Amino acid sequence: METKEQYILRVKDLHVKVKTKEGLSTLVQDINFGVKKGRVTGLVGESGSGKTVTSMSILQLFDQNKMDVQGSITLNGRELSRLKNKEMREIRGKDIAFIMQNPMNAFTPVFTIGHQFVETIKSHTPLKKKQAKALAIDMMESVNLPNPDKLLKNYPFQLSGGMLQRVMIAMAACLQPSIIIADEPTTALDLHNQLLVLRLLNKIRSQYGTSILLISHDLGVIAEMADDVIVMKQGRIVESANVFDLFDHPKHEYTKKLLRIRPTLHPKQQPMLDLAKA
Amino acid sequence: MKRMSLLQVTEVSYSYNFKMPLKSKNRSENVLQDISFSIEEGSCLGLLGTSGAGKSTLGKVILGIQRPQQGQVLFQGHDIYNADKMTKRKWRRNLQAVFQDSYSSVNPRMTAESIISEPLENYEKLTLTEKRKAVIFLLERVGLSEKDLKKYPHQFSGGQLQRINIARAIALKPMLIVLDESVSSLDRVTQSLILELLNELKADFGLSYLFITHDIKAAFSISDHLGVLEKGELIECYDSKAQFFESKHPAVKRMRDSILAEHPRHRSLTV
Repeated sequence: METKEQYILRVKDLHVKVKTKEGLSTLVQDINFGVKKGRVTGLVGESGSGKTVTSMSILQLFDQNKMDVQGSITLNGRELSRLKNKEMREIRGKDIAFIMQNPMNAFTPVFTIGHQFVETIKSHTPLKKKQAKALAIDMMESVNLPNPDKLLKNYPFQLSGGMLQRVMIAMAACLQPSIIIADEPTTALDLHNQLLVLRLLNKIRSQYGTSILLISHDLGVIAEMADDVIVMKQGRIVESANVFDLFDHPKHEYTKKLLRIRPTLHPKQQPMLDLAKA
Repeated sequence: MKRMSLLQVTEVSYSYNFKMPLKSKNRSENVLQDISFSIEEGSCLGLLGTSGAGKSTLGKVILGIQRPQQGQVLFQGHDIYNADKMTKRKWRRNLQAVFQDSYSSVNPRMTAESIISEPLENYEKLTLTEKRKAVIFLLERVGLSEKDLKKYPHQFSGGQLQRINIARAIALKPMLIVLDESVSSLDRVTQSLILELLNELKADFGLSYLFITHDIKAAFSISDHLGVLEKGELIECYDSKAQFFESKHPAVKRMRDSILAEHPRHRSLTV
């Protein structure tokens, strides 16, 4: 029992199938992992390997009529998969925060950022509007956004992608969740903004002891951020290890391939292989 | 006599003009200022820049889509904006492009076969069987197979469709391909596979590339020369990649600092 308790989030035997005309089709299977307190767990894999399906099942975001989700997901020892929709809504945003790949689509275009920020705070805490706004401004300052007063009055389309992503991180962090799920948080950003966003996630992790499940296909992001790494391929976990072990002594062939073919600044180390057939 | 460059861009400036509502004056924004560079036959120039630096505008100017207000674009010695119809037809054949969004670069109602054979129909007189053979050759060359001939764009993944875009671009054996963020929306694995394909094609067909990207690692794995674009100006050009690391320009330095580590031991982010 003791080993179990150090995990903030524990996923056990997760099996997700989608119902199609031809019957059930498996998306992910035999997913087992845990995220420890204050640790960053990286989830790597190419597109279509089931990274996002895994994160969506943790948040119980799938329609039960179309998807068949099996297995157990526990957050701080509490089983999530049998919770009612209303109970789950209390957890989303408060205990589990979610940062999406495309910040432009994550906000409603018809309300100001301040409105959406305050709404998030108010729906999870007993704070009044004024207090919520003060908290929002506080958080915006801590993620180094200039003039938070003014920014809160802006609509999402008036901000750049990098800035929006930082607002989203501020929103995710303001209720001090136990875990943040970041699904490709920097893929849509350019290099400089990518660094700013990663720095911020790191800061939040060290300040609040928040665990982070970091989903990415970029091994550079993983090398910078993760403590533990899970490698996924075609809906299965092929390897999970400490980040240093994984980079130094990859065990699975697929991990070796990922490390071998990534673009690098030192191309001599990289033997060119005919991978199109693989 | 000095050998003529394949592409010669001289002092190109471009600005976008906006009609401001309720105001008599138009607002204009300079996007490119005095850009000059050249690409030699068989080489690849990587053009680096952050978002908003004017990379894509420069790509469009070179492709003949947007006429610059000032300056000249010479392709094989011909000014592409002041050419007669026959010359235009010729350079259009030798200058191809692959863009970032593979889905919006193709007609969703055309099959892979008709997508790839379109340039062939415009420029070559082939019989049906010859054309089919050429398309199959191209498909196989980019790592797809005959089975994919009759598929529609939505039946392909992003990486596969980008391969089809590349097949279409090389169908007429062009001299220069402008690759505008061609691998940026793909995951790292697919990205490396496409970069490798581009490197192979370059050697096989003697192609030249203009590789526009914000991704330094991708640029490094394909380019022979590098240029850095910042706020509409080509601030630095390097003949070798090593020079990129020696540069003292603040914008280049910032770019260099934001490269992520390749191994957790070399982390720049500390807790």
